[in-house]
Formats: sequence, structure tokens, C-alpha cells
Amino acid sequence: MPYNQSELSSTERLARALGWFSIALGAAEMAAPSHMARLIGAPDTDANCNTLRAFGAREVAAGVAILAQPDQARWLWSRVGGDALDLAWLGRAMTRDRGETGRLGAAAAAVAGVTALDMMAAQRMQRMQRMQRRQPSSRRADPGVRVEQVVTVNRSLDDLYCFWRDFQNFPHFMRHVKHIELLDGTHSRWTAKAPAGMSVQWDAEIVQDREGEWIAWRSLPGSQVEHSGSVRFSPAPGARGTEVRVQMQYVPPAGRFGRVIAMLFGEEPEQQIREDLRRFKQLMETGEIPLSDGPGLWRAAQPAKRAEQIRDYAGVSE
Amino acid sequence: MGSRNIEVERVPDPKLLNASDAIVKITSTAICGSDLHLYNGFIPTMKRGDVMGHEFMGEVVEVGKSVQNLRVGDRVVVPFPIACGHCSQCDREMYSLCENSNPNAWMAEKLWGYSPCGIFGYSHMLGGYAGGQAEYARVPFADVNPLKVPEELDDEQVLFLSDIFPTGYMAAEACGIQPGDTIAVFGCGPVGQFAIKSAYMLGAERVIAIDRFPYRLRMARERGGAETINYEECDIFEALEEMTGGRGPDHCIDAVGLEGHAPGIHGAYDKMKTVMMLETDRPVALRQAILACRSGGTVSVAGVYGGFIDKFPMGAIVNRSLTIKSGQTHVQRYMRPLLRRIQNGEIDPSFVITHRVNLSDAPGAYKMFAQKQDDCMKVVMRP
Repeated sequence: MPYNQSELSSTERLARALGWFSIALGAAEMAAPSHMARLIGAPDTDANCNTLRAFGAREVAAGVAILAQPDQARWLWSRVGGDALDLAWLGRAMTRDRGETGRLGAAAAAVAGVTALDMMAAQRMQRMQRMQRRQPSSRRADPGVRVEQVVTVNRSLDDLYCFWRDFQNFPHFMRHVKHIELLDGTHSRWTAKAPAGMSVQWDAEIVQDREGEWIAWRSLPGSQVEHSGSVRFSPAPGARGTEVRVQMQYVPPAGRFGRVIAMLFGEEPEQQIREDLRRFKQLMETGEIPLSDGPGLWRAAQPAKRAEQIRDYAGVSE
Repeated sequence: MGSRNIEVERVPDPKLLNASDAIVKITSTAICGSDLHLYNGFIPTMKRGDVMGHEFMGEVVEVGKSVQNLRVGDRVVVPFPIACGHCSQCDREMYSLCENSNPNAWMAEKLWGYSPCGIFGYSHMLGGYAGGQAEYARVPFADVNPLKVPEELDDEQVLFLSDIFPTGYMAAEACGIQPGDTIAVFGCGPVGQFAIKSAYMLGAERVIAIDRFPYRLRMARERGGAETINYEECDIFEALEEMTGGRGPDHCIDAVGLEGHAPGIHGAYDKMKTVMMLETDRPVALRQAILACRSGGTVSVAGVYGGFIDKFPMGAIVNRSLTIKSGQTHVQRYMRPLLRRIQNGEIDPSFVITHRVNLSDAPGAYKMFAQKQDDCMKVVMRP
């Protein structure tokens, strides 16, 4: 059976849902064990409350583990084990503690239902993990990042082309690019920001260059990060300036699960490149990137103690 | 802070962040009716600690490296929309649609599709710029935005060039007034008062002003020369029909916006829906303006709307060939011509001011203005 991307993501979605369910149930058991005991029909004795608290802690731990690694079957299997404990405890409450059998029965039925879901998710995930191991060439899940964005800039085609053709300008508006060094007329060395103050580096070459129209570049074979990009300039109708279409692709090296790429762009690469292009437009039209006192919802819209606080956040130098 | 909670706090003085910035030491600043929409929590993306205020003026005390048109010591009025002066919208004098001045444009894009310009002290989705109800303010794109004002005019005569005078004027201009036209102005707050004055300046034959507060109607009559309707005493539609020979006013101006009130079932309906979050804005005045307007007329919307409205009488618009015009004011387009009108003595905008307080009294002033206490029409604050 071929490796199936959509099946993987639907199983991951189920796993995540189970993870959140685990955390919610666990939190309720830890916060209000006596309520919980009464709800499921068990006497709210100290012993039962302590057991429920312990079960709650187990649920929360399992939930956190699943959310942290939703692609790992072992955490789902840990939930199945927990379900078995729950069922055993409910059975004991029914026979020994003389609880309300009706409520206890309903609770047991609910747990059994969740157990079935847990087992199904665990089995599917395990099967998929096995399949991935058998297909070392097909990289797991991460096709990298591919983005296309367009913006209209109120400047001439030539101005925009010239600015873009000088790759050293990229760090002025591309937030993830720290530095670009030109090696010769067509080669450049890129340094991009990586998590925890680290950086990644690769060399790129210009593969196509049509003056005033189109520039395409890509990383050299064997680079740490496989990157390609292109920009196309075309006149907007009726003296509306120039349309700038950018296409970029980043493919992480095999086996590293694209963590570096994910950290470069966060959750929304599309949005990031869009913001980069907005900065390009601002820079080309006004000569600067206007700064807000309250960028995003990160800080209140009031003057900062030091101008650098705002500049650093925006990644703009003076 | 939070809804209906204004506080006076010591914050750091603003610094130059961009080369085109100027720092203005504020001499006068006003509370705008649209600040009340923020105050009452109708505009999203406000954050505790935001400095409010978008009607202010003062003296330039510092300019950035690239500023050429301003010098330290210049006395300026600052328009509320921030414009870059270089994008194609600014080229077309559509300054409030500036494409470069909102650093938080992505937030506005999520709600409105595209983003308008940034605005001082008016939520994070409109830029997150610290506002002008303060001692100092940072003014971006200082070559484009602030207007130098002559010494012989005092603050109170020119302060309202920052917003409400151009706003009332643009609303009247949008009506395309022809000789003989009757204009109905819904809402007699400060913008309504300037819409009345402007409608006459632009050649209206008659202006009919609508409100429910006697002191506001009195100002519309005595200072604006309008005829008035108190909607709590009669039916607006019938009264307008009667006053216009059964035709309806040629054009209507909504100077109320999203927190409109109406007597009876209509008012209660919108109040309920906004409370239940089924609707974000209460468009009662807008609906009335549309229904009351003469067939083929224009409904010009100066009042602020932020989100979504309900029971919008689209049928009336389509079947009676009505035109809806709106927009945040392109203040920079109107500042110079309106300054000339002030200099010529055609108008003294200070007539709307009813209260002058110290900036430190801002919390009380907001409350008074919001609750229409003490016949409050317009508050000017001095740091």
C-alpha cells in the first residue's frame, strides 16, 4: 500500500482530539474529584477521590505527550492502558463499593467507547509508522514550504528589478534572511535565522535573469536547505505601478522533519512571505518600513522605553 | 482599563522610530465621538494600556533625519489618518486608504478583506499607533501629514481640522449638492454640526437635523441654521416626508454610526442583537436614512461602522436608485481649503466646544461625554 498523506493527517487529527480530551478529563478529575465521583456513581470517599486525582494526573500526562508527538503510536497505546485501568476500577466500584450501578454502568460504557477510539488511532498510527520506516526515500509528511504571493508597487519596473537583483537587499525586507553575501555575479551565500539564535547557511545561484522581467534562483546541490525562488515583474494596467509576483520554496533536508523550516516560518509561511512583500512595497514606495508602537497584539500602543524594543521586534535597523 | 475604563498614566516619552517621524508636543487634544466606540468596546483589537486620541495639535519638538518640510518649533495640526504620500491611493488623494501606513494590516485584512490606513490611537488593527491624548505624540510620515497653522489662529479655531470639520465636510460633499437640495443630517453631535454647516457652504437650500437631545438640536438650529426633528417626539419618516412636500430629503447624511438609538421595537431589536453578539453594529440611523431618502438620492455615511449589520434595506437602495457613499475622511485633502475658509472668517469651528479640561481629567470627561451629561458636545483637553 502506498504511503498515504491524507490518512496520516486524519489519524493525527484524531490523535490530537484524543489528547485534548485527555487533558480536559484529567483536569476535571484533578480539580473536582468528588464531583467526578458522584457523576459516575461512585461514593466520594477519600480513597476514591485520591484514585481519581491520580487518574487525572495520568490523563493529563498522556494528553500532553500525545499533543507533543501526535505521530507516535506509543502515547496512544498508553491511553489504551489507562482505559483498562479505568474499567477495572469502575468494575471494582460496582461490586465492592456498592456504588450506583446505573451511573457506573454508563460511565463504563463511555470509557469502553473511548477505548475503542484509542485502539483504532493507535493501530492506524503504528501501521503508518511502520510504512514510513519501510520507505526511507519518501520523506515523512514534510514537503517543505511553497508559497506564492503578489503585490502591486507604485514604482517603475526597472527600479524594482534593480533593487531585487541586488540580493544583498533581501535582509531589509525578508524577515527570515539575516545576511546575504555576494560571491560573484550569480552566486550568493545566504544566512537565515534559525531557532535559539542559531542560523542556517546555503549557497545559491541565479539560474535565470531577464532584465526588467524575471529572476529565478536556487540553492546549490547538497545544501543544508534546499531553496528556490523566483520573482516576476509586470506592468500593472493604467499606470498603477508594477505587479510583483514571488514564488519561493524551501525543502528541508531528509530525515530532519523540517523542524528548521518550520521554525523559520512559524505556523503560517504564506502570511510571512506576504508580510515580507508588504515590507518590500513600503520600502520601495516610502523608503522605510513604518513602525507601530503596538505591533500585533504584542504590546500596548504606547511609547516604548527604548526605540530598540520596537525596532528589534520588527526586525528593522535604524 | 478595558471597556469604559480610561486612566491617566505616566508612560515613556515617544522617540523617533522612523527617519520620517516627528515628535509633537501637544497643546490641545479632543475626545472624538468615535473614541466613544472604543470606550464602549465596539472596536476590536484594543489592548489595556493603549494611548487613545486622534484629534490633536501642538509644536514640533524633534524631527527624523529624512524630514524636510517641518522644523522644530513649527505649530501643526495632525490629521487622524496616517498617510505615506507615495502609494497610488495617496497619489489619488484617497489618504485614508494609504497602503503603507498600517503595520498591522494583516489584522484589518482578516476582518475587511483589505486594510485601510493606520489611525492614531484607534485599535491595533488600525496600526497600533499611540494616540494624541497625551503630552507628546510620534507622528509618522511627517512631511506628508501635519499641517502648519498660522500664529494668528488659536488652537480652538484649527484643532478640528484634524478630523471632525473635514469629516462633516466630506460627508456633505459626497452628496453632490445641487441648488434647491434639502439635506437631512441624522445625528447632531460635532460631526453632524459640521455636516450641517458644510451642506450650507456647498449650496444646500435647506438642512434638516435629527437628534433626541434638545441641547444638540438647539445648537443645530442656532449655530447651524438647520430645521430640527426630535425623533423621540415624532416619526422621522413622516416628519421628513411632511417637511419635503412628500418627496423626502434629496440626500441624507448618517452622522451617527454604529451605536445608534431608536425608540420602540427597532432600537430594542438591535440592542438585543449586539448584546447577544449576533450583530456587531446598531445601524438604526442608517436604515432610517435609507428609507427616508428621496428616490435617486445619496446616503452619505460619515458615522463609524466596524463590523457587520443586519436587516440592511438593500431593496430600497436597488429599487429606488439610491447611492451609498462612505469612507474614513481623507483629511489631508481638505485641511488646506478648510483652513482658508477659517482664515476668511466663513466659519469658526470652535463653536462646538462646550468643555475645556485638563488632560488629567480625561476619565471624567469621557464619562461626561459618553453619558451626555452637562449638555456636553465637545471636550478639548490641554496637557
